[in-house]
Order: sequence, then C-alpha cells, then structure tokens
Amino acid sequence: MTITRFLCALPAAMLGFGALAHAETLTIATVNNADMIIMQRLSPRWEQATGHKLNWVVLEENVLRQRATTDIATRGGQFDIITIGSYETPIWGRQNWLLPLDELGQDYDYADLIPTVKNGLSHNGKLYAVPFYAESSFTYYRKDLFDAAGLRMPERPTYDQIAEFAAKLTDKSKEIYGFCQRGKPGWGENMAFVGPMVNAFGGRWFDEKWEPQLTSEPWKKAIAYYVKNLRDYGPPGATANGHNENRALFATGRCAMWVDATSAAGYIFNPKESQVAEKTAFAAAPTQVTANGSGWFWAWALGIPSSSTKAEAAKSFVKWATSKDYIALVGSEVGWVSAPPGTRSSTYANPEYVKAAPFAKVVHESIANADITKPTKDPVPYVGIQYVAIPEFQGIGTVVGQQIAAALAGQMTVDQALDSAQRSTARTMKQAGYPK
Amino acid sequence: MNPGIRERLVLTAVGWIAAGLIFFPVFWMVLTSFKTEVEAVQTPPSLFFTPTLENYAAVRERADYVHFATNSVVISLGATLLALVVAVPAAYAMAFFPGKRTKDLLLWMLSTKMMPAVGVLIPVYLLFRDFGAIDSRWGLIVVYTLMNLPIVIWMLYTFFKEVPKDILEAGRMDGARPRQEVWLLLMPLSLPGIASTALLSIILCWNEAFWSLNLTTSAAAPLTTFIASFSAPEGLFWAKLSAASTVAIAPILVFGWMSQRQLVRGLTFGAVK
Repeated sequence: MTITRFLCALPAAMLGFGALAHAETLTIATVNNADMIIMQRLSPRWEQATGHKLNWVVLEENVLRQRATTDIATRGGQFDIITIGSYETPIWGRQNWLLPLDELGQDYDYADLIPTVKNGLSHNGKLYAVPFYAESSFTYYRKDLFDAAGLRMPERPTYDQIAEFAAKLTDKSKEIYGFCQRGKPGWGENMAFVGPMVNAFGGRWFDEKWEPQLTSEPWKKAIAYYVKNLRDYGPPGATANGHNENRALFATGRCAMWVDATSAAGYIFNPKESQVAEKTAFAAAPTQVTANGSGWFWAWALGIPSSSTKAEAAKSFVKWATSKDYIALVGSEVGWVSAPPGTRSSTYANPEYVKAAPFAKVVHESIANADITKPTKDPVPYVGIQYVAIPEFQGIGTVVGQQIAAALAGQMTVDQALDSAQRSTARTMKQAGYPK
Repeated sequence: MNPGIRERLVLTAVGWIAAGLIFFPVFWMVLTSFKTEVEAVQTPPSLFFTPTLENYAAVRERADYVHFATNSVVISLGATLLALVVAVPAAYAMAFFPGKRTKDLLLWMLSTKMMPAVGVLIPVYLLFRDFGAIDSRWGLIVVYTLMNLPIVIWMLYTFFKEVPKDILEAGRMDGARPRQEVWLLLMPLSLPGIASTALLSIILCWNEAFWSLNLTTSAAAPLTTFIASFSAPEGLFWAKLSAASTVAIAPILVFGWMSQRQLVRGLTFGAVK
C-alpha cells in the first residue's frame, strides 16, 4: 500500500471505527397497526445510515400500555422508544417518565406539526412525544344508498339528522343497517364514540370542581339517543361490536352510516380490502347543540422513557420516523395513500397525497378542529375529548362503558345505568383525592 | 338393537361430538389462516374459498419465528427439568415419609395457584430488575418452575403413592441409599407418571402468556409473545393472527400427538390395580 493510499484510508477507517464504537441496540415497543408495520419495514434505512440496531417489541395496545407502564414506573429500563397515545403522554410527561423532545433540531420543522396534535402531546408547553400519526373521527356514509333514497348528507350533520337518515336507510330484510356504532364496552371502545357524542349534546364528564356530571340532562339525552338508535337501526349484537367489527360490517356493505376513526379511511377506500370503496363518502362528525369536542382526537406518538440509557440514539430514530422525509419515503416506497396521516400540515399541502387520498381535506379539518383544550360547551378542568387526561380515567371510562353497554343490551334502563355510573365515578374520584 | 351395542354407539357418538367440539376452534383457526383478511371476517363465514399463503408470508416477513420457537423450547424444557429435579425428592419424601402436616403442606402449595398472577407482578418485576433477569431465559425458567411446582409435586405425589412401599423397603434391606432408591427403583416404576407430569408441565410452560409478555422484550421472548404481536384492536388481523397461532401451536401439537400414548398411560397409571 502506498503512503497516499494509507493516508486516504486512515480517516475513513477512523470514522467507521467511531460509528461502530457508538453503535447502539435500541429496543422499541410499538403497536400492531398498518402504519407501524410500514415503519418497521422501512427502519433498516435508518439502521444503515446510523449504524444503530433496532429490536422490535410489537404488542396489542392494551398489553403494550400495561407492559410499558410496569417498566417505566419501576424504572426497569427495558425500552428505549415506546409508542404512546395522546392520553398517556401528558400524564407520563407530568410524572417525568418521558424525556422532553423539544430540541430535535431546526431541521425537524416543529412549526409544520398540526397545532392541535402538538398540544395533545404536550404538558406545560413541553412536547413529550413526537406524533407518528393522528386521527379524529368523522362520518362514513354510503353515497349510493343516500342517492337511491333521495337523501343528501350535509357537510356537518347533526345527530337528529343522522337518526332521520338511519330510519330511512335501514333495511333489515337486506341486512343493511343505518346506524353502525361501537357498542363493545371499554374506554377505548364504546366510550370513544359516546364521549364525543355527549360533548356534542352539551355534556361533560366533570364540572369545574371535578364533580361527575353523568346524571345531567345532556348525558341522559345522549345515551337515550344512542341506545334507541343503535337498537332500532344498528346491526344485531351491537354490544359485541368495536372498531374492527363495525369496520368489517361497513366494508362488506352492511352499514349505511358509521361514525369512527379517520384513520380507517385508507382501508375503506382500498378496493382490495373493501367492497364499498367506490360507494363511500364522508362528512364531519355529527354535532348537536355544540361542535366543541364532537370529533375525537387521538395520536400515536413516539416517546423516550427517561429510564433509557441510549437517549441520543433514540432521539435520532424518533426524529427520523416522524419527519417530513419519512412521510415522503412512505409515499414513494409504499404509496401516498399509506403515508402517516394527521401529523404535519405539509402532508396535506402535498398534491400527490391529496390526489391519492380523496378524504385528505375532511381529515385535515377534523384533526385541526379537534381541540383537546376546549372539548365541551361548558368549561371543564381537564383536557381530552373522548378521554379525560387523568390516570383514573382508564378505570372510570371502562366502568361507565360497561354500564352503557348494559343499557344497550336491555339489562337496565338508561337512567339506572347513568345513576350507577355516576356513583362509581364519584367513588373513584373521591378515593383519588379530587378535587386536587 | 342389543342394549349393549346401543349404549356403545351412544358413547361413541358422545365421544366424537366432544372431540369435535374441542377440535373445532383449532380447525377453524387453521382454516382462517388460509383466508384473506376480508374473507376471515365475512359473515356468514365461508367454508369454500381459494386458499392463500399470504398470511404465512406476512408472518414470516415480520418476525423471526425460529428465534421465538427456540426460546419456547429452551424455556419449557428448562423449567420442566428444574421442576422435576425439585419435585421428585419432595414428592418422594411426602409419599413415603409423611409427617403430621404433609397433607396441609400439599394443600397450601396448591392454594398458591389460586392467587392471581397480576397481584405479584410488581414485586416480581422489581426482583427481576435487581437481579438483571428481565428478558432472560433463565429468569423465565425460574418463574415457570415456581409456577408449575405445586402441580408437578401433587401429580408426582399421587403417582408415587401408587408404588408399593414394600418394593422400596426391599431395596433398602439390600442396602440401597435414598438416592439409589429414588433413581433405581421409584423412578423406573413410575416412569409413565413422571413422563405425563413432564408433558403437562411442558404444555403449561408453552402456553403461558402472562409472565412471558410481562418479563420479556425481545431476547428471551417465546411464542406467546410472537402471537401477541399479531393482535390489534384496530385493523383487520384475524387471518394473520391465525397463521401466527397455527405455526406457534404446531410444534406442541406434533409433540403431543407423538407422546399421546405415554400421556394416556401416565394419566391412567394406577387407576386399575
């Protein structure tokens, strides 16, 4: 080897050695959904660029929540990156379980993040997780059935109009149901639909003094409406139907209307997976006495537990996976319709995305309007639309969801269900020491 | 018809119905694994369809099956072996040299199985953290051993009780030490019982999901974690989940099939004297 060649090779070798010396193996915990599977498939690009390695732990979201909570609360240090929802992020941020992610660099373009999404993942102005995708809820409806019945769906329907349409479109002899909604009990199941509906009817979970309001008039009206319409115009066995079941019913042509996650739009509009891809249209989530909190807000984001010992490498990954470049990479490699939605304004300014996703405009408006800091008609001491961002809510939401499912199944009246839900919520809040 | 024949026919029919009911979910799972996601959720479900291997391809692409399966094999066999090493002398002592409180001790051991595992999750997790056992095979082997020990001791105790004391006494008269007594007399005599106990322990370890999900991340994760990674509350996943479950249960199914004679022999050991 000549001396020139040696001198040229030396810096390269040193760089390579340096990169190798700092190569880390990160453990990332995530949920099993289409966007995350794409991230897993594309992540070798980041591994090649940085020399770091990723170990994937993919779990169902409730299992992941329990697993991550156990590890972070005990500072087990098993995870370097976790997929976290907008419900937990402010709670865990307040506990200092997550590292703030406000300084990922100017090239990250924080100003491009949709403000409601950024707010949903912040606590006291600090961003504790960066959004991977975000969703709101809106109304899916069958345009062909509406046309055949001579009906027209407004851009922003009211629940009264939805009931009127459901009555006209339900044809049980043909197994077509006008009102397909979540009935399966759980804070992330039926309550994800019921919460925004109660908001639209003018209700709230708690007043300013943290007193539960579940027996108030708006709750009674909303739940009576839900029970009546789901019984009269919903599919049989509605108490067993969650997101997936309704999604399958809608995709196989059994539903005339469905109010649910905007993130399902890509699936419903994919002719390979849906029999109604050409026949579906959409409108905003229904309102009633107010539009505040009528469409839910949810984001899956990437956070770094404060117990991680590899924070720098973890920051590099979360920056890459939530960047504009990553969205463009998904667009070019997988197709623009699969690009992670709801996080960045630039996605919705991209003509290729708008062309590939006909639902883009309504989704963008729904997410931009889903302000978790103003979720109700009357003032409240909490943030969150379909949830209340306090640790006690998981339990409260699930118990209330069970009572409402019992009313739907006819095991008790709406008033009995709400009385029981009110008592249980009041007890939990008292035990938790509210008002704080 | 002869009443005896009629009775046998009825019993045979009941046996087939029971077997069919038990086997149907497994059959349906295997069938679903060859459907597309849309076919998997279709109502009414279709029995005749064009089978596809796309779910198996997706499962293979997303996760390293061999890694998870190896962990399952090592952990199940390791925990079963360790449980037997502890349980055989314990059951021997209880069966042949019972004290006043032996029965109470046995009942107490079994009562620990009645405690919900989640009740001790945090203390166990903290212990694992301090011993560096999270996401390690040996950690899971210890937990599974402790988890199955009451049942293994109970079963071995029952099998050992069937062995006539006189045989062991004769050995003792010939100068056998306790270890030789267990190794050369008791174990060969109750081999079918020990084999079926070991098989049951392996199956219990193979199917255990709570501790494996909570105490492992990637390095020591067994097949139960592999299956869990294909479940989701949003999105269609039934066909892929069925494919993952089919490949996860396949080894234990084949193992059970091959050793069924031993298993039945062990479970009926001493039933007829």
